[in-house]
Amino acid sequence: MAEWTEEIAHVAGTDLAIVKGGQGKPLLILHEELGHPGWMSYHQALAQDHTLVIPIQPGMGRSPKVEQIRTVHELGLFYLWTLRELNLGPIDVLGISFGGWIAAEMASADSKAFRKMVLVAPPGIKPPDGDIMDIFAVTIGTQLNATIYDAEATPEFRKLYGGERTPEQFEAFEEARTETARIAWDPILHNPSLPYFLQGVRGLPTRIIWGREDAVVPVSAAEAYRQALANTDAKVTIFEHCGHRPEIEKGPEFVKLVREFLA
Amino acid sequence: MHLMYFTERPYRDVPEEEVIRNRSFFGVPNRFYDPEVGARLYNEYLDEACYAEEVGFDGIMLNEHHGTPFCMGAVMNIEAAILARITKKARIVLLGNPLPVVKNPVRLAEELAEIDLISKGRLVPGWVRGAGSEQIFNQANPAYNREYFNEAHDLVIACWTRPGPFRWEGKHFNFRYVNPWVLPYQKPRPPIWIPGVISAETVIWCAKHRYPYVGLGTALQSTVELWNLYGQTAAEEGYQAGTENFGYLQQIHLAETEEQAQEQGKAALFGGGAANFSRPEWTLPPGYNSKEATRRLARQATDYGFLGITSEKLKESQSGEVRHIGLPRDKKDTRARLRSGQISLEEAKRKIYGNYQKAQDGLQIVIGTPKTVIPKLKLIMEVLRPGILGLFQAQGPLTTEQRMTSVRLMGQEVLPAMRDIARGLGIVDPFEREPGSRPHTSGTSYEPLVDLDALKRAPTRDESVRV
Repeated sequence: MAEWTEEIAHVAGTDLAIVKGGQGKPLLILHEELGHPGWMSYHQALAQDHTLVIPIQPGMGRSPKVEQIRTVHELGLFYLWTLRELNLGPIDVLGISFGGWIAAEMASADSKAFRKMVLVAPPGIKPPDGDIMDIFAVTIGTQLNATIYDAEATPEFRKLYGGERTPEQFEAFEEARTETARIAWDPILHNPSLPYFLQGVRGLPTRIIWGREDAVVPVSAAEAYRQALANTDAKVTIFEHCGHRPEIEKGPEFVKLVREFLA
Repeated sequence: MHLMYFTERPYRDVPEEEVIRNRSFFGVPNRFYDPEVGARLYNEYLDEACYAEEVGFDGIMLNEHHGTPFCMGAVMNIEAAILARITKKARIVLLGNPLPVVKNPVRLAEELAEIDLISKGRLVPGWVRGAGSEQIFNQANPAYNREYFNEAHDLVIACWTRPGPFRWEGKHFNFRYVNPWVLPYQKPRPPIWIPGVISAETVIWCAKHRYPYVGLGTALQSTVELWNLYGQTAAEEGYQAGTENFGYLQQIHLAETEEQAQEQGKAALFGGGAANFSRPEWTLPPGYNSKEATRRLARQATDYGFLGITSEKLKESQSGEVRHIGLPRDKKDTRARLRSGQISLEEAKRKIYGNYQKAQDGLQIVIGTPKTVIPKLKLIMEVLRPGILGLFQAQGPLTTEQRMTSVRLMGQEVLPAMRDIARGLGIVDPFEREPGSRPHTSGTSYEPLVDLDALKRAPTRDESVRV
């Protein structure tokens, strides 16, 4: 039996591909800027006691582009609408990288949509120290390599992105990068208003997870997120010897942390 | 036939090794820029344009690029405004203003109208999407490149042709009060030409707007295909395309003797030439190409891109620097090997200049004396039958004297010969016959636009050689 399925839902005035799998309490997972990476070990582990709900961002994979979504904040509004139509709120949310930014935007608009929130190295706030990597001005290969602290020690990364890239894979990456660029090109991968609006978030326990050696979104942004979420219970966990992909680079520890937090 | 002179106005004193090490003209740090040199060159290029007019060119073509010693025309309209005043009769051909990076199309419409007025109707504006690097430099979202292009175009045309005041509320541009007091001299608006490299979308768009399409040094074989696509689209639009709908740009250098020309002409390969215009990641930022164009480019085995937009570059952008993952890297890729330290700078230069003869054999560059150059230009004219032909002075560190000699020889010997050839071939330009003015009878085939027999005599270009 398949571990997961992908279905097309008609929500928020459009079709939306949603990957689902697992059992138990629903957990919304918002994927990263290069699209849903496929069913990874961390999905498998979290699916033991959660029903994972992974919408594929409009404009990527089988989800058609929604022209009216022109900012990440508007993408957040779209997903809030989606949650209402699917009767999924309040729901736990795990936002990975770009998906974390989307989750933060959603929380800033309606923190009651979520029960608990996990943000994994999201862009969205300009880091006080260092710059968010301009992923739009590098090749996909450069971007992928920058995400990992020690690729050799991360077999799942090699499994995901190693080997000869097929034209189909390239097109899928290019499609995802195009859609991310479309809504996050300027300002460069952040929303200057987000820290202000995050102060309005109350009663939403939040865990901010980062890799100390993150070369995509500098770790200084972890504290910036925590400060912005000052009016709710937000804690930061930083993994040592870890880059931008804690969910892959520190798989078991990551899963343990998330499961305990969501329990 | 409209014969125009073109130069990228290169910053010729940039150290070549910096370009090669940077793997790109775009992005060479501007600490290598010397304002004394810049001041001298801008003035020299203006003088050169006047001289080109004096020796018989019908037009002076300018272009625009940003952040690169490859081309100093960062604000082309300023140069055009000066030429409007200091030239007498030459057309000022702008190929083109990069619409997607223009934040205020109304101001662009005003700037161009001023140039048209000062020149008393000698302006030929044109539009480009801008190279990929232009989107990076100007913070112009590449995912909206085509949309910006289309809407800015429509707004500029509206500024020129629609009585004001009016309100413009588009997807990307909003103006509450459009009523430009400065309007073009030419009515209903200046003629518009469009330069292009490989984009079929652009060719179709041109044909629909009846704008002449100017191929920027593209290989003859693929240019023929694009022009037939134009002709087909024109027929569907109800008109017969002809020589007045097409232009071509050819990189060239002339000297008094063949020996001198061959020695000097190597300058065209300086820094790797246009193939090193920008790195893959800057050439193809996300969304810059449509999905269809990306797919088509990926499938194409070969093509020559004026600014290095090639299938090879696309492939490089796919693999990139995958140092951890160990993707197989093309052993023939000089830049990649230079980057990884597998070869020295000297070897990289040898590889670049080793292609000199091949680049000439494939007509990427035409180098010689008038006597050796004219037959090559004749062949290009026979195959493509362009109503507009631009002679593009070779890039690189030529001396001012060498450049002026080249311009003089063009004027004295090459231009008269080209005019004779054009007459013999029945080539007319867009000023002699309005593009799109000849009706096409639906259901019939369009008249041939190119000479396929002549194409058989044309050399096959080695696509691995890019200048």
